[in-house]
Amino acid sequence: MKLELSGITKRFGSFTANDSIDLVVTPGEIHALLGENGAGKSTLMNVLYGLYAPEEGEILIDGRAVRFSGPGDAVAAGIGMVHQHFMLVPVFTVAESVALGYEPTRGAGMMDLAEARRKVEEISARFGFSIDPDAVIEDLPVGAQQRVEIIKALSRDAEVLILDEPTAVLTPQETDELIGIMRQLKERGTSIVFITHKLREVKAIADEITVIRRGRVVGQAAPESTESELAGLMVGREVHLTTDKEAPEPGDATFSVENLTVVGGGESVLLDDVSFSVRRGEVLAIAGVDGNGQSELAEAILGLVAPRTGRIVLDGRDLGERSVKERLRAGIGFVPEDRSTDGVIAGFAIRENMILDLYDAEPYAKGLSMRPAVVRTEGEKKVEEFDIRLSSIDHPISTLSGGNQQKVVLARELGRPLRLLVASQPTRGVDVGSIEFVHRRIIAERDAGTPCVIVSTELDEVYNLADRIAVMYKGRLVGIVPPDTPRDVLGLMMAGVPEDEALARVESGEDATEISAAEEA
Amino acid sequence: MTTAAATPQLTADLRAPIDWKLPVVYAVLGVLTLFGFGLFGGAAGRHTVFSFSTGRDFFSVPDLTVSSWPTAVGAGIVLVMMAAAAAWLATRREKPGVWFPVVYGLLFLFAFLTWAGADTGRIPVTPLLAGALALSVPLIFGAMCGLVGERSGIINIAIEGQLLAGAFLAAVVASALRNPYAGLVAAPIAGALVAVLLTFFAIRYWVDQIIIGVVLNVLVVGLTNFLFSTVLTANPETWNARQSLPTVPIPLLADIPVIGPVFFNQTILVYLMYAAVAVIHVLLFHSRWGLRTRAIGEHPKAADTVGIRVNRSRVVNTLIAGGIAGLGGAFFTIGSGLAFGKEMSAGQGYIALAAMILGKWSPMGAVAAALLFGFARNLGNTLSTMGTPVPSDLLLMLPYIVTIFAVAGFVGRVRPPAAAGKPYGAQ
Amino acid sequence: MSESSAAPGSGASAEVIGAGETSGTGDPSTGGRQPARRHEARPGVLRDILSGSWLVSLLSIAVGLLAGAVLIAASNESVQETLGYFFARPADFFVTAWHVVTEAYIALFRGAIFDWQATSFVRAVRPFTESLVAATPLILAGLGIALGFRSGLFNIGGQGQVILGAILAGFLGYWLTLPAGLHLVVAVLGGIAGGALWGGIAGALKARTGANEVIVTIMLNSIAGYLIAYLLKQQWFTQSGSANPQSRDVDATASLFPLLPDPFRLNAGFLIAVAATVLVWWLLERSTLGFEFRAVGENPHAARTAGISVGRVTFLVMALAGALAGLAGASQVLGTEDKLTIGIAGSLGFDAITVALLGRSRPLGTFLAGLLFGAFKAGGYTMQAQTGTPIDIILVVQSVIVLLIAAPPLVRGLFRLPAPAGKEAR
Repeated sequence: MKLELSGITKRFGSFTANDSIDLVVTPGEIHALLGENGAGKSTLMNVLYGLYAPEEGEILIDGRAVRFSGPGDAVAAGIGMVHQHFMLVPVFTVAESVALGYEPTRGAGMMDLAEARRKVEEISARFGFSIDPDAVIEDLPVGAQQRVEIIKALSRDAEVLILDEPTAVLTPQETDELIGIMRQLKERGTSIVFITHKLREVKAIADEITVIRRGRVVGQAAPESTESELAGLMVGREVHLTTDKEAPEPGDATFSVENLTVVGGGESVLLDDVSFSVRRGEVLAIAGVDGNGQSELAEAILGLVAPRTGRIVLDGRDLGERSVKERLRAGIGFVPEDRSTDGVIAGFAIRENMILDLYDAEPYAKGLSMRPAVVRTEGEKKVEEFDIRLSSIDHPISTLSGGNQQKVVLARELGRPLRLLVASQPTRGVDVGSIEFVHRRIIAERDAGTPCVIVSTELDEVYNLADRIAVMYKGRLVGIVPPDTPRDVLGLMMAGVPEDEALARVESGEDATEISAAEEA
Repeated sequence: MTTAAATPQLTADLRAPIDWKLPVVYAVLGVLTLFGFGLFGGAAGRHTVFSFSTGRDFFSVPDLTVSSWPTAVGAGIVLVMMAAAAAWLATRREKPGVWFPVVYGLLFLFAFLTWAGADTGRIPVTPLLAGALALSVPLIFGAMCGLVGERSGIINIAIEGQLLAGAFLAAVVASALRNPYAGLVAAPIAGALVAVLLTFFAIRYWVDQIIIGVVLNVLVVGLTNFLFSTVLTANPETWNARQSLPTVPIPLLADIPVIGPVFFNQTILVYLMYAAVAVIHVLLFHSRWGLRTRAIGEHPKAADTVGIRVNRSRVVNTLIAGGIAGLGGAFFTIGSGLAFGKEMSAGQGYIALAAMILGKWSPMGAVAAALLFGFARNLGNTLSTMGTPVPSDLLLMLPYIVTIFAVAGFVGRVRPPAAAGKPYGAQ
Repeated sequence: MSESSAAPGSGASAEVIGAGETSGTGDPSTGGRQPARRHEARPGVLRDILSGSWLVSLLSIAVGLLAGAVLIAASNESVQETLGYFFARPADFFVTAWHVVTEAYIALFRGAIFDWQATSFVRAVRPFTESLVAATPLILAGLGIALGFRSGLFNIGGQGQVILGAILAGFLGYWLTLPAGLHLVVAVLGGIAGGALWGGIAGALKARTGANEVIVTIMLNSIAGYLIAYLLKQQWFTQSGSANPQSRDVDATASLFPLLPDPFRLNAGFLIAVAATVLVWWLLERSTLGFEFRAVGENPHAARTAGISVGRVTFLVMALAGALAGLAGASQVLGTEDKLTIGIAGSLGFDAITVALLGRSRPLGTFLAGLLFGAFKAGGYTMQAQTGTPIDIILVVQSVIVLLIAAPPLVRGLFRLPAPAGKEAR
C-alpha cells in the first residue's frame, strides 16, 4: 500500500504544528521522519492516525483520498501505530490489550478470550516473540510492552506501521532487536514510518529520510548522508555539538553517596547499593537508559524518596534524616527531570516560580509575611541575567516556551550559592539555542567549584558535559569511566555488562552494535 | 531482552517494615470481646437464644441456646489467639487468607450478639437478616450505579440525588396511575435524568465531577422538597398516595428455612437487584462492553486509539448507571409501601459510595460491603428496640468508621480506576 | 493573584483530586481531536467587560432566579388553571404567572433587604440584618471550603466540622461557669478546636495514608451526625431535663454579644466572619504558608520538589478549614440558636460548598457569595410565610447558579459572549 500525505497543515490556536507537509511512503519502505523534539513529527503522525483533524491537506492511500474521523478509520485503512507512550491499559492482560477495540466475541457481546489468546500466540510465533498472552501489562518490561503494541498493530493487518520514538526507552541492544523486527516486517511487505531524533538509528535502518523542522519539511536525505549533514538539516544551522570548556580543576570530594539502596512498591529494588563521590569543580554524568534508577538516585539525593539503607554525605554532614527543605538550604541546587511536573507550577506567575523553593527565605519573606516588592525586583534581575524572553513577569509560566521555562528553573536553582548541583535531563524539551546556554551555565557552575551530578539519557549531552561518566543499569552502578570511553563500551555498560568485559568484547569486535557499525560505515 | 541481570536478592535487614495495622485491629477487637463482652460483660448466669424460625418454614430449625458468659469468653479467647496468629504472620511479612477476616468477623459478631442478647434473651436471626437485606437494597443499587460510572471514568457523587429522584418519581407516577409497577418504570428514568445533567456538565464542560455531584444532590433535594410542599401536599390523593409492590414468594426457594424468607420472599425490585448484580458482574469481566468500559476508566486514550468513542461510552454508561440508582430509589417508596417524604434517601447514596469503595470497585465486593452496612444498620435498629445496652447511634456509626479504616489502607491496597474523575478530550 | 490559579470548577483544576497522573487527558497537544474553539475578537475594553468572570456570575444568578421563577409559576394552582384554557386566553396565563412570580420575589426581597411596607423603621431594616445573620455561618464555613479548594483539597466535610464545632462551643458554653468575655473566648476556641479536630482527622489520614479526603469527610459527616444524636440523648451532656434531644441554653456569659438592640439578632458572629475573611485573604495571598497552600493546590509534585511538605500542608489546610467551619458552628450555637439541637448545622456544610464555588474560592468572593445566599435564606422565610412559596426553592436557585458558575463556557454560550482573551479553553 502506498501512502501519501499532501499539504497537511495542523494548527493549535495560533501555533502551527504542521505547515503544509508532504510525505510519500512506498510499500515495503522504512521511512524515517527525523526532527528535533517539538518539530511536529508526532503531531503529523497523530493526524495520519486520525487522532487530529488537519486544517488543510489530505491523506491518500494508493492514490485515493481518504478522511479519517478517528483512529478506527485509520486502522481500517491499514495503518497501525506504536505510540511513544504506550497505549496499553496497565491492568489488562496481553490478550485483553490486543483484543481491545476489535474483540472476538462468542455472540451476545461476550468475549472470546481463547480466540484473543490464540491470536497473540500466532503473531508471537510468527516473529519469534515470547509473549505470554495472560501476562499483565504492568508486570512486563518496556521492551515486551513495545512488542505487545506491535502485535496489536499487526493483529489488525497493518500495512503501514508508525513507530513513534520507539527507541527512547530501549538499551542499544534492545534497539538492535527492534531493528531486526523492523527488517523482518519490511521483508513481509509492511511499510514503516520511523519517527526519531537519533541520527545513528536513522542511518542504520532507513531507506528514505524526511527531515522536519518547526513543522515544515526541510529536506529529503538518503541514508548515506553524513551525520552532520542530517544534524544541520534538523536544527537549521551548523551545530556545535560541543561546549567549549576548560579542563576540570577538581578539588576535594565534598559529596558522596555510600551504599545507597532504594526499594519501591512490591519490594522492587530501584537503587541497589550505589556508591560514588564527586569532587568540587567536577561534573559526574550519570548515563543510562530511562528507568534504570537514575531518577530515584536524584530524588534520593534531594530527599524525595527515602532510602532503605546507605548514606548521602555533603560537606561532611550526613543528610540522612534531613527534609527536602533542609537539603535545599544546605546548598543543593536541583533541576528536576520532568520540568512540567516537578520543576514549575504552571498556574503560578513567573516571579512566583522563580522563588518556588526560596519563598520563605530572606529576602523574600520576613517571618510569615511575604514581601511581594522584593520578589518582583529580584525576579526582574534574574530575567536579565538568564536572558529569559517574556512579556511580563506576572504572567503564568505556562505562557513561556520550554526553553524559557527551563531558564526560569535554572535562574532559581543557580541563582544562589550552591554546594552541590543535581540536574536531571537538563535540556529535555529545550530548543537547540537554549541547550547551548544551559550547558554553558552548568559548566560555569562547575568552574565556580560546585560538584555537579548530571543525569542524562542523551549520550551526546553526557559526552559534552562529563568529566567522569557513571553508567547505571537496573538500579546498579555498572561502572565509572573516563569521558573518552567509546560509545560501544558505554552502550554495553548501559545493558548491564561490566566495564572490563564490555571493553574486551568491543575490542574483539564480537559485540559492536549495529548502530555503531553504521556510524563507522 | 538480552543481557538481563537477575533481580538482586534483598538481604534480611533490607526487608519491608512490618505492617502492624491489621494485627493491632484484631488485637483490640479481641481484647474488647474477651473483657467487654466476656469477663466483665455482666452476662454471667444468663442465656442467649438465637431463634431462626418464622411462620412459613417448610421444616423448622430449632433455636440455638447458649450460656452467655462462657460463650462470649470463649469467643474472646479464640479472637485473641487469632490476633496473635496474625501478628506472628506479620513479623514474617505474610498475610492470612481471605477466610481469616471473615471467620474473625463472624466470630466477633457472634460474641457481640451473645452479649447483647443476654439481657433480653432472644436474638431473632431471620428477621435480622431479612431486614438487613431490605436496608441493603438501595445501597446495592446505588453501589452498582457508582461502580459502573467509576469503572468508565466518571465519579458519581450524585447517587444520593439519583436515589431521591427515583423515590420521588416512582411514588408520584405509581400514585397517579394507581399502579406500583408504573412507578418501577418511572424510577430509572428519574435517576437517568440526574445522570444526564451529570454527564452534560462533566463531559461537555469539564466541570469537576465531585462538585457537580454535590451540587446535583442539593438540586434534587430542593426540587423534590419544593414539589412535595406544593404539588404533592396540595393533592396527596392524586400525587402521593401509597402504592406498594407486592412480595412475590418464589415457589420452593421461599420455603427453605432461614434463607428462603430472607432472600426469596421479596418484591420484584429485590429480584431485579439480584439480576442487576449478576449481569453487571458477568458483563464487566467477560463481555466486550466490560472490556471497553474498564479501558475507558483506566486509560481512555488507549481506548481512543483503537477507535472506542470514549465520551460517548461514558455518557451511555453513566445514564444506564443512573437508571440503576433510580431503581434503588424506588425502594424507599413503592418498594417499602411508603408515600414520598422529604429527603427520605437520608444519606444512603453516600453509604452506597462507601460500599463501592470498600468493595474495591468490584460488584461482588460492593454487594458484600452493602450487606454489611445494611446489617449494621438493622442490628442498630433491632437492638435499640430490644432495649439492649448498646446505644444504637454509636452502632450506626460503624459502617462509616469501617469505611474510613478501609480507605486509610487497613484492608489492603484499594486502587480506583486510574482515570476516574478525569475528563477526556479537547474542551 | 493571577486569574489562572483558578478555583475548582473552572476546569483548570479538574485533576485536583487525582494523585497527579494525567494520562491522556487535558493537554490539547496530545489529547484532543478538535482545535480549541476561538471567537472573533471584539475590541479591547468591551471584550474585557463582557468576558469578565463577574459578568458570568451575574448572569448565572439571573438564570438561577429565572429557573426558580419557572418552578414557582409551574407549581402554582392558579397558573395551572390558566394553562387549561391557554389557547383561548393566553394573556391570562402570562399575567397570572407574572403576578405569582413577582409576588414571591418581592417577598423574598422584602425579607432579605428592606421591607418598605413595614410599620416602623426598625422593622423595615431588620430584614437586612437578618440576611447578615444568615450569612455569618455561610461565610465562615465557605471560607473553610475555599481554603481547601485553593489547596487542591475537596473538603466535603463542612457539615461534620460545623457539627463538631457546635458541639464543643455549645457544651463549653453551658457547662463551664466563667466570667463574661473569657467564657465566650473559651467557647469560641472550643468551636474552633472541634472543627479543626474533625478536619484534621481527614487531613492527617490523607497525609499519612493517602486516604481520599472526599470519602473520609463524607464518612465523618455521617459520624458527626450520629455523634450529636447520641450526645443529645445523654443527660450528662445536655444538662437539661427536657425529653427532647436538645441541650440547656448557653450561658449569657458565653453568648456572642448583640451588635444592635432588640429586636435585631445581629451579633458579634458577623464581626468574626469579617475578620476571618481578612485573615484568610492575608493567609492565602500574603503569607508564606499561603504560598505553600497554593503551590500544593496547583502542583503537589513541584511543591514537594521545592521542599514544601505536602503532608504538613494537607493536614494544616484541613485543620484550618475545619476550624473555620467549627467557627460557623460556634456562631450558630452561641449567637443565633442559643442551644444545641439535632439540626444545629442545618445544611450549612453543603451550602458552604456552593458559597465557595460562587465565590470562586476567593476570600472576598466567598464573603459576597455568603451575603447573597444569606439574603436568599432570610428572604426565603418571609417568602414562605407571605406567599406560601416553599423555601426549598432557594436550594434550586442556589444549585442552578453554582452549576452555571462552574461552567463559564455554557453561560457565555447561552448569552453569546466572547471568550476571555488569552485564556483559551484549555
